[in-house]
Amino acid sequence: MLELDPLLLSRVQFAFTIGFHILFPTLTIGLAFFLVTLEGLWLRTGNPVYVRLYRLWTKVFALTFGMGVVSGIVMTYQLGTNFGVFAGVTGPVLGPLLSVEVLTAFFVEAGFIGIMLFGWNRVGPRLHFGATVMVLLGTLNSAFWILVANSWMHTPAGTELVDGQFVVTDWWAVIFNPSMPYRVAHMTLASFLTTALVIAGASAFYLLRGRFLPEARRAFSVATLAIAVLAPAQIVMGDLHGLNTLEHQPTKIAAMEGLWETTEGAPLVLFALPDQQAEENRLAIEIPNVTSLILTHDWNGEVQGLTAVPPEDRPPVAIVFWSFRIMVGLGFAFLAIGFIGLWLRFRRRLYDAAWFHGISLAFLPAGFVATLAGWVTTEVGRQPYTVYGLLRTADSASDLAGWQVALSLLLFVAVYGVLFAVYLVFARRVIVHGPDYDEPLPSRQRGLPARPAAHPLPAE
Amino acid sequence: MDLTLLMAGVLAFAILMYVLLDGFDLGVGMLSALVPDPDWRDRMIDSIAPVWDGNETWLILGGAILFAAFPTAYGLVLPALYLPVIGMLLALIFRGVAFEFRVKARRSRRLWDFAFAAGSGTAAFLQGVLLGIFITGIGVDTPLGFGSVIFPMLTGVALMAGYALLGGTWIVLKTDGPLRDWAARSSRQLLLVVMAGIAMISAVTPLASEAVADRWFGDVWRTLALAPVPLVTVAVGWWLWRALEGHRDGLTFRLSQVVFGLGFLGLGVSLWPYAVPFSLTIWEAAAPASSLAFTAIAVVCTLPLVLVYTGYAYLVFRGKIREGEGYH
Repeated sequence: MLELDPLLLSRVQFAFTIGFHILFPTLTIGLAFFLVTLEGLWLRTGNPVYVRLYRLWTKVFALTFGMGVVSGIVMTYQLGTNFGVFAGVTGPVLGPLLSVEVLTAFFVEAGFIGIMLFGWNRVGPRLHFGATVMVLLGTLNSAFWILVANSWMHTPAGTELVDGQFVVTDWWAVIFNPSMPYRVAHMTLASFLTTALVIAGASAFYLLRGRFLPEARRAFSVATLAIAVLAPAQIVMGDLHGLNTLEHQPTKIAAMEGLWETTEGAPLVLFALPDQQAEENRLAIEIPNVTSLILTHDWNGEVQGLTAVPPEDRPPVAIVFWSFRIMVGLGFAFLAIGFIGLWLRFRRRLYDAAWFHGISLAFLPAGFVATLAGWVTTEVGRQPYTVYGLLRTADSASDLAGWQVALSLLLFVAVYGVLFAVYLVFARRVIVHGPDYDEPLPSRQRGLPARPAAHPLPAE
Repeated sequence: MDLTLLMAGVLAFAILMYVLLDGFDLGVGMLSALVPDPDWRDRMIDSIAPVWDGNETWLILGGAILFAAFPTAYGLVLPALYLPVIGMLLALIFRGVAFEFRVKARRSRRLWDFAFAAGSGTAAFLQGVLLGIFITGIGVDTPLGFGSVIFPMLTGVALMAGYALLGGTWIVLKTDGPLRDWAARSSRQLLLVVMAGIAMISAVTPLASEAVADRWFGDVWRTLALAPVPLVTVAVGWWLWRALEGHRDGLTFRLSQVVFGLGFLGLGVSLWPYAVPFSLTIWEAAAPASSLAFTAIAVVCTLPLVLVYTGYAYLVFRGKIREGEGYH
């Protein structure tokens, strides 16, 4: 008979629901920044291109924000339902951090998004702009605090275990734990880069179709420029994050590099099928000494291998190895897109190069793939621990019946599958429909609310 | 200062805010299935569209404060209530996405209208079920005993009626014309159901739980001291009944909230001072002092601001809903 292992099912469910959830904040953080920029430019210049773009991307934002909210509530409670032991042990550390996130981020977003979406006729333009700024601050705050909590699980600091529960001795050390600054910067850049790729892809779609050209050109120009800046910055940041991980989680780095034995002059493994049992790589293609060079900045530097720790303390190597390669591979593809965009801009052919518009459209969703791959790398690489080195995943889960978790997992997969499909259909519909030229422009002056549309707009 | 007590107060406040605020959202959701005219439904949903997200955030705050201040209770209660909690979350997901999906839908609009109403109703019912299981005392080892099945069903239905009453009086407050009158009539019928529900739960709870019976009836003086809670509830119910006849639309909504607040107070009396009834007190479940202090400082510094700008958002959208102002 099939054995339903509640621990494994809870892990799959958590990975699935959090992986689903992170897609949406990844886009809303970057989009909120884009919207603040657009509304600010519109208030300054009065150019209707900006307000049309603002309204178009607000619709995508609202749809995405809603998905993020509903899938986020699940996260608040799932720590307790499925990992009750973990929750009891880490609650004194993570609970206050999540509380601060709710108080300084979720309420701020929720309090001002109503005004941002529905308040055009109710408040003046400056107040409306203020609401958009507050929504951005809320999303950034949210990212900061949740990444503080996550980073503490990777590099726990400022706490001691007393009677099987973490007690905080130094909140400053908890918040500014060793990996926090790197993770916050890496994820925030990932969010902005992903958003830039989405905007570039959608704008390239209009350019290919020859529609909405003023809006499409402006957005494509901004987005490709952003990619050219963000992609190299993200690669540098990723490298710094990696060096930080090498210092605190060398076993994770060994899994990412597919390095079994501690080696001087470790090679860069381009391709391999890591074999956890045999403790070796199959079909490996390697470049000698390069990993040592990257990680130690020394041609013959020593890099710790997986076998430095006992087998039960190693993460699943193949997953970490391959997700890392997907992320890095995509990162360099984004770098290439950024450079091509710059070159075309220099040649004044940015809006005419259909082949580049095709590439941009193809890469519209690629930022999400890279972000997810990065999260898989770091979270699977943390295994077999939930709190690195201190609390094992196997000792974290609730004592649930296997069938209960199997049922809930099945429901989550079914519901999220349907919602994701519907989200994609509607998001695509909003983008294909494009900016609205019929909608009256709001007033930039104080005390002159925009005329409401003469007829209620038909539902799209 | 007893930080445990303070955080228990904050937790109770978050839960009260949630039921008072998202309560009317869920009530509007349930009532949206019953209105005869699709235009009415649009106006009802438009009336809560700008505020529902903030209202739901109180549920997240409740979860986070429970996690922060009473981690042991959080880690024990949630696994014991596994399936109803997961079901409630899934129902809230359908309710939440329906806001956006229904206006973007073409052929599937009625489907998302249904998801909105069914999600609201299921979430309300399961929150009542959770309350019922919680009151009767969740066995930390036996999540669902047979004896604790009927009572949670009752509390589930009662909470649905209660939320629907909040939603009904909200619609009275926010709309005019035939929809407002329909909502006022519905609210009166719902008020009868709610008062019957409160009476039934008040009668059954002491039977379902010895600890609750002892709390209310164990001592004559205590019984007398607590007597105003049910008496005032009846009086306010009567006042609301009369108010729904007239046209003081703001008053009816506030009175329905008072009825809810009193029920909440009665519940507090029954369960005090347990974090997990009736096995773990708030002091036994409390987090270490350093965590309580950190969370308390965060709450004291930010919650007043939250209340101010949330109040401002309500102020921006005050008054009867205007034509053509809702969803894009």
